[in-house]
Amino acid sequence: MADVINTQGHVRLGSNAGQGLTRRDGVLKVTGAATYAADNRPEGLLHAVTATATIARGRVTHLDVAAAEAHPGVVKLYTPDNVPPLAVSPDEKIHPFVWRMEALQSDRVRYAGQPIALVLAETLEAATEAARLLAPRYEAETPHVTLDDAEPFETTTTAFGRPADHSSGDIGKARATAARHVVAEVETVAQYHNAMEPHAIVARWTGDRLEIDTPNQAIGLARQTFAAFLGIEPAQILIRSPFLGGGFGSKAILYGGQLLAVLAARDTGRPVKLVLRRDQMYGPVGHRAPTRQRLRLDLDEDGRIAALQHDTLTMTSSFDHFLEGASNASHSLYATAALQTTHRGLRADIGTPGPMRAPGEAPGSAALEVAMDLAAQAAGLDPLAFRLRNHAETDPSNGMAFSSKALRECYAQAADLFGWADRPAEPRRMRQGQLLKGWGMGSAQFPCPMFTAAAHATLRADGSAVVETSAADMGQGAWTALAQIAADGLGLDIDRVEFRSGHSDLPDAGVAGGSGHTATAGTALFNAGADVVRRLVDLATGDPASPLFGAGNSGVTARGGRLHRNDDGRSEAYEDILARAGLDMLRGEGTGAREGQPTRAMFSHGAVFAEVLVDPDLGQIRVSRLVGAFAAGRIINPRLARSQLLGGMVWGIGFALQEEALHDARTGRFTNNDLAGYHIPVNADAPMIEALTVHEDDPFVNALGIKGVGEIGVTGTVGAIGNAVWHATGLRSQRFPIHPESLILSGESL
Amino acid sequence: MTQTLQLKINGSDLRLDLDDPRATLLDVLRERLGLTGTKKGCDRGQCGACTVLIDGRRVNACLALALSHDGAQITTIEGLARGEDLHPVQAAFIADDGFQCGFCTPGQIMSAVALIAEAEAGLDPERIREGMSGNLCRCAAYAGITEAVLDATRALALEEERAA
Repeated sequence: MADVINTQGHVRLGSNAGQGLTRRDGVLKVTGAATYAADNRPEGLLHAVTATATIARGRVTHLDVAAAEAHPGVVKLYTPDNVPPLAVSPDEKIHPFVWRMEALQSDRVRYAGQPIALVLAETLEAATEAARLLAPRYEAETPHVTLDDAEPFETTTTAFGRPADHSSGDIGKARATAARHVVAEVETVAQYHNAMEPHAIVARWTGDRLEIDTPNQAIGLARQTFAAFLGIEPAQILIRSPFLGGGFGSKAILYGGQLLAVLAARDTGRPVKLVLRRDQMYGPVGHRAPTRQRLRLDLDEDGRIAALQHDTLTMTSSFDHFLEGASNASHSLYATAALQTTHRGLRADIGTPGPMRAPGEAPGSAALEVAMDLAAQAAGLDPLAFRLRNHAETDPSNGMAFSSKALRECYAQAADLFGWADRPAEPRRMRQGQLLKGWGMGSAQFPCPMFTAAAHATLRADGSAVVETSAADMGQGAWTALAQIAADGLGLDIDRVEFRSGHSDLPDAGVAGGSGHTATAGTALFNAGADVVRRLVDLATGDPASPLFGAGNSGVTARGGRLHRNDDGRSEAYEDILARAGLDMLRGEGTGAREGQPTRAMFSHGAVFAEVLVDPDLGQIRVSRLVGAFAAGRIINPRLARSQLLGGMVWGIGFALQEEALHDARTGRFTNNDLAGYHIPVNADAPMIEALTVHEDDPFVNALGIKGVGEIGVTGTVGAIGNAVWHATGLRSQRFPIHPESLILSGESL
Repeated sequence: MTQTLQLKINGSDLRLDLDDPRATLLDVLRERLGLTGTKKGCDRGQCGACTVLIDGRRVNACLALALSHDGAQITTIEGLARGEDLHPVQAAFIADDGFQCGFCTPGQIMSAVALIAEAEAGLDPERIREGMSGNLCRCAAYAGITEAVLDATRALALEEERAA
């Protein structure tokens, strides 16, 4: 049977991968027929609404339970006094991907927006009103929610258990030989994922069987986690998550409301639906923490980086541990003789941060690319020439060769399309009408992790096939791209392949995150298909009645639903091989993972060029052009990959110019936890924007040569926009987002 | 007190006894009528995911009290296709990859149908982008959305030409 495929050499993909097919779920999505979790309405449904804390620290002293219960239509109300117990405390970290949750385990409030009660009612209107009638009273304590007043704490790790500090080379020695140095200080702010689909769950018990509809980026893990907290077996739980209305990291990790909905459904014996309000997504479901970063680049006479130091101060909650690994973004992008990175943490009265599209890389890249621009200026070099001069031939953090790195081609193609060669070196030299025009650039980089996935493939008697894995499609296109890979594994046209995905009874496809889902689940699917083909070949070549008899396993190619002899071209259809063998189906299995310790540094790379227009009177900044070129290994579906890259680049616009969650420092409450106050890019903010992909063969990253495109678009873009604002105005903001007032109030005239 | 509400939804007359005057048109569509194609993204009129057509105009259904639209004609995403055939805007969204996760898509498409009917934006991408900016897309499929509106505008104009 197929196992992990050999990571040396290339698998020759067939006619499905590489084509820009439109989405297989397209018709469902444009007709409203795609079913998201909150669209489920089982018979007897109860609507749940949580009441949430309006203080950031303290305890709840009173809830007007009587008033809420008296409201017509209310069925049940849960507070810490009567919530059914879990098998394991929601404060237990039973595995590294569990965040400490709030499931009414006490009257403590640890951040604003924390759930403090759950109301069940016959209608959504009744539940909403009853939750309001609870009118909580508190014993409030002074909260700390900013980088200025939060509590420092000792840590040795950042996100995902990576070491907080890194040092390679002799930084003291390198600095002693340097001709000059630059220091960049960059602050980034709290950002919230704000997937368009609010977090939702519909939970229904039938006896001791639990059915859950909830958007989740790692269904298999979610099932195990639910089971552990409920004290039941994973096999008793079915999770359906066919479509996620966006995830971006926020739907990879369970939150307390999901446990409460499940408990309430068990307690009342009726299905329960809980959908968070938009404002309730600020707190319990993760965010990107703010950072304060300092970079020091020491340069030699020729403009080569002799030493690179990147220090990050960031914030986590008072009760859990997730530190944005921003400094890690400097580990592997530019050559340097000496590298030193650190992270320091603060504890604040906020919900625990978590992975948000390009966690660590996004804020880290923003600061690094600003520092690189400053350094280019100090070295008297064009920003692109400076980056080329410091192109890393090996990963400076560990000396490893890159598995592939077509970054130079990215620079060349994007710069050419953008017209970078015409850029004046000095700022404030270009205008469009009254507006100041500026050009900036940044390099993009994102790691290529693989997780573990399993898949099944079954060839049917009619020569069609069904492939199965519990993948998550949150918009990246798993329904389509994974089916393309699966079809190639089977040697079938994609129209002959049924792809089953998105529920937990299927083989575990691992997490849709880290830009590693296509590589991981795709490898498992390809291997499952290849396993079927191998069995077919054994049948045919061992059967004297087959034209393939005696051809030997290596002398046969699977293509278009037939096995072909490589020597004389004779072939036989899959269905005929099965029929003669008396089989009504043939089943294969496959897994996807990276075996052993990597011996190469594995990253996607890219280059992003930005043009901004700045109004000298108002300070208003518009991105008018954005061009990116990315080298991300084999592109399975160019149409969908482009959309992913463009989406990431637009996230870069939001990061650079708009997104900022604001707390009232006195109360610790949010002042803009809605989509009117927390600005994300709208269509008019997304200008002429293009993403190219540069050809790249990578024989090391995995046998299919797939890297990943989900997150890299954010990196590079933020710095490119910041650098373009400098080029337009001559002003360097030390903070993202760059708002008009930060230009106007800088004291410099525009 | 139960109130009676008459609506024409996607061409069908419907009489609904509404027991709660607080219900928004969005929640009536989704929770009482099972028309869940229309999405709730913010419930505050800030994201456009719930865009439907009321008497031909695009409206955020989360801000519309159901009872205040007695007698209205309402078109939702479920009523857009012409039998088996997709509406040209729907087809263009697929062809131009004008969505990723698909959650904002029903609202985007309803908004695009109305934008084209409003005939204000024409084939000017800048005005299309502006006219579609009440519909947020966190996946940021904006380039595809703009292309789709352009293509659908052309396709609908061609249809009209042929019909004339």
